[in-house]
Amino acid sequence: MYQYDKYDQSLVDSRVAEFRDQCERRIAGEMTEDQFKPLRLQNGLYLQLHAYMLRVAIPYGTLSGDQMRMLATIARKYDRDYGHFTTRQNIQYNWIKLEDAADILQDLSTVEMHAIQTSGNCIRNISSDQYAGASAEEAADPRPWAELLRQWSSFHPEFAHLPRKFKICVIASDTDRAAMRLHDIGIQLVENDAGELGARFYVGGGMGRTPMIAPLIREFVSADDLISYCEACLRVYNRYGRRDNKYKARIKILVHEIGAEEYKRQVEEEFAHIKTLNLDPPRAELERISEFFAPPAFDAEAPTEVDLSDPDFRIWHDQNVAEHKNPAYAIATISLKPVGGIPGDATADQMDLMADLAKQYSFDECRVTHSQNIVLPHVRKADLYALWQKLDEAGLAPANLDLIGDMIACPGLDYCSLANARSIPLAQKISQRFADQQRQKELGELKLKISGCINACGHHHAGHIGILGVDRKGVENYQLLFGGSGAEDVSLAKITGPGFTEDGVVDAIEKATDLYLAQREEGERFVDTYRRIGMEPFKEALYG
Amino acid sequence: MAESFATGGVGDAQLRYRDDEPCAQPAVTVEAFKGQTNATAVRLESGEDARELLAMLDRLTLVVVHFPAFTDGRGYSAARILREAGYAGELRAAGDVLVDQIRYMRRCGFDSFAPDAPLDAAAVERALGFYDHVYQPTVDGQTPVWTLRHGGDHG
Repeated sequence: MYQYDKYDQSLVDSRVAEFRDQCERRIAGEMTEDQFKPLRLQNGLYLQLHAYMLRVAIPYGTLSGDQMRMLATIARKYDRDYGHFTTRQNIQYNWIKLEDAADILQDLSTVEMHAIQTSGNCIRNISSDQYAGASAEEAADPRPWAELLRQWSSFHPEFAHLPRKFKICVIASDTDRAAMRLHDIGIQLVENDAGELGARFYVGGGMGRTPMIAPLIREFVSADDLISYCEACLRVYNRYGRRDNKYKARIKILVHEIGAEEYKRQVEEEFAHIKTLNLDPPRAELERISEFFAPPAFDAEAPTEVDLSDPDFRIWHDQNVAEHKNPAYAIATISLKPVGGIPGDATADQMDLMADLAKQYSFDECRVTHSQNIVLPHVRKADLYALWQKLDEAGLAPANLDLIGDMIACPGLDYCSLANARSIPLAQKISQRFADQQRQKELGELKLKISGCINACGHHHAGHIGILGVDRKGVENYQLLFGGSGAEDVSLAKITGPGFTEDGVVDAIEKATDLYLAQREEGERFVDTYRRIGMEPFKEALYG
Repeated sequence: MAESFATGGVGDAQLRYRDDEPCAQPAVTVEAFKGQTNATAVRLESGEDARELLAMLDRLTLVVVHFPAFTDGRGYSAARILREAGYAGELRAAGDVLVDQIRYMRRCGFDSFAPDAPLDAAAVERALGFYDHVYQPTVDGQTPVWTLRHGGDHG
C-alpha cells in the first residue's frame, strides 16, 4: 500500500488547518453559506436532510487495517456507530456536526486519510478495480497510476471550479469491475506492441440524468505523458464545458455536443502545447510509487486446495471467493448486503472486525468495491474457512456476491436532500422477497441497482435491473429499467414503461425474473436473455 | 507569500503582488483592444478566448480577467494560458474574487486582485500561508513535490 512521505503528510495537515480556519470564519459569520458551500464540499461536507454528511476519501478503494479501524472510531466518536460505503469506493457518515468537521479531518490525517475533493465541482477521488494487484488477468496493478493521479488532482489550482464534478477511474483488466466507461475519464492500462505500459483513454461517460458511455479518445498514452494528457482533457473541459445549465455541465454533454472526434482534436492540440511545459513528473516518481504496491510476501509453501466439506462454507466460497493470481491464495468479498439490511452500511464493530481480519488474513489490506462491499484481496486458501467462520459470526457472510441480494442502493430520501423517493426500504423489501439462497443462486448473476432520484448515485442505468425512484404528484413511484451493465459489456438500461408503487415494483421484478427463468437458454444470465428476446415479452409480463 | 501587500488605491486592485508602476490606462474590451493599437490594457470576459490575445502580448501591460461568479473557473485556464505563452505583465482577477480563491489564482499566474467586495487582508495572508508544498508544477515557479522527491530544485 502507498505510504505518505513528509510531503504528502504536510499537504494533508495543511488542509486540516485551512479547513479549520474556514469553518471558524463561517461560524463567526465572516462568510455566507453560499461562499462556504464550495469550501466545505471540497472537504466532503454536505448539508443533507437532517444533518451534515461527511464523505471520506478512500483512494482507489484501498485501505489498511489501521485506516479501517479509524473509520470505526469516527463512527463511534462523531456519528451513530455506523458508516455507509459508497459506489465511489468512499465512506460517508450521516450525522455529523459542523463544529466537529475539522477535528474529524485531523483524526483522519493521523492515518494518512482525508476528505479532500470528495465533493464539489472538482476532480474527485480516483476509483479503481477492487481486485487490483490480486487478479491474474490485469496488465499491471493500476493503483500506482491512480496514486499519481491522486497527487496530481489534489489541490489542482486550475481545476477546482470546473463546470461540474469530475470522476476518473483506472483499471488494468479487460474485465471491468469498476464501471470504468461510466466515468468522466475512464483509463484502462494496456501494453503496446513494444511491451510498454500505457493508458487507454475513454472520455465523457457518466450516469446522472443523461447517461453516456465514454467513447475512446486515445488508444495509448505513455506514462511519461499521462499528466500532460489529463491536463489537456481537463483544460478543454474547463474552458468549453457548459456552465449555463447545471444538468448539462458534465463533460459527457460537451463530448456529445461537439462530438468525440472534435473533442479529441481539441485535446490533442492542447496536449501538443502542454507537453512543451515539462509538467510530467520524472519517471522515477511512478517507479517510487509502484514500489509501495509490490506484491506482498506470499507464502510459497501454502496449500492450493480448500476443504469444502462444510456445506454452508461451500455456499459462501462458491459465491464470494474469486481466483487469485497466486494459486495458494484467494480474493474474498465480504458482502455488506445481509437479508433486509441497508446496502453498504457497516457498524463500527463490523469495521473493527474487518480491520482485524485484514491484518490477520490479508496482509493488512482491504478494498471497498463500487458495489458497496469490502474485499480482502490476499487470503491464503488455507485460511478461508477460519475467515468465513468469523465473518459469519458477525453477520458479514451473506453468500450473495453479484446475485440479486447484492444490490446497490443510494441513501435515498431517508437521508439525501436531492432524493425524490426512498431507496433503502425498497432495497430491504426486494432483499427479503428474494432471501432464499437457492432461489438467488438459481437466478444467477443479476445486478440490481436502485437510485432514489434522477442523479443516479445508485447506478440504475447500469443495472441488469435498474430502479429509479421518482416523485409522482407527491407519491413515491418507481420506474423499472432492464438491460444495463457497468461491466465490460457496458450498456445503458431502458425503462420498461409506467412506474410502480413500492410493493408493485417488487412484484414486477418477480414477474420479470419468472419470465427469465422460463425463457433462458443454457448459460444465459438475466441480462443476456433480455438482450436476446428484447423488451416486448417483459412488457407483456409486467403490463399485459 | 506576498512580495508586497498593497492595501488599496493602486489602480483598481485591492491587492497587488508586483513592484512595477500600475498601468494607468483603463482596460478595454478584447474587440476594442484589437482596433486600438495604442491600448495597453484589456479586459477578458470569462467566455472569451485568452488565446486571442497571444498575438498582441508585446503591447499588453495589464490583462484583467473577469470572474462573474467565483464558481466560474474559466479564468484560471485563461491565466495559465497567458503565462504559459510568456506574458509577464500584470494579470488581474476582478469580480467575484474571494479570500479562499486567492491562493489557486496566484498559482495560475494572477498577481493582482480587484474583488467586488474588499477582502479581509489578514484572512488573505492566512489563506496564503497554510501550504508549504504543491503537487503540480504551474506557472508560479514553485518546486513541486515530484521534483523535490527526486533531488531537483525546480519544476
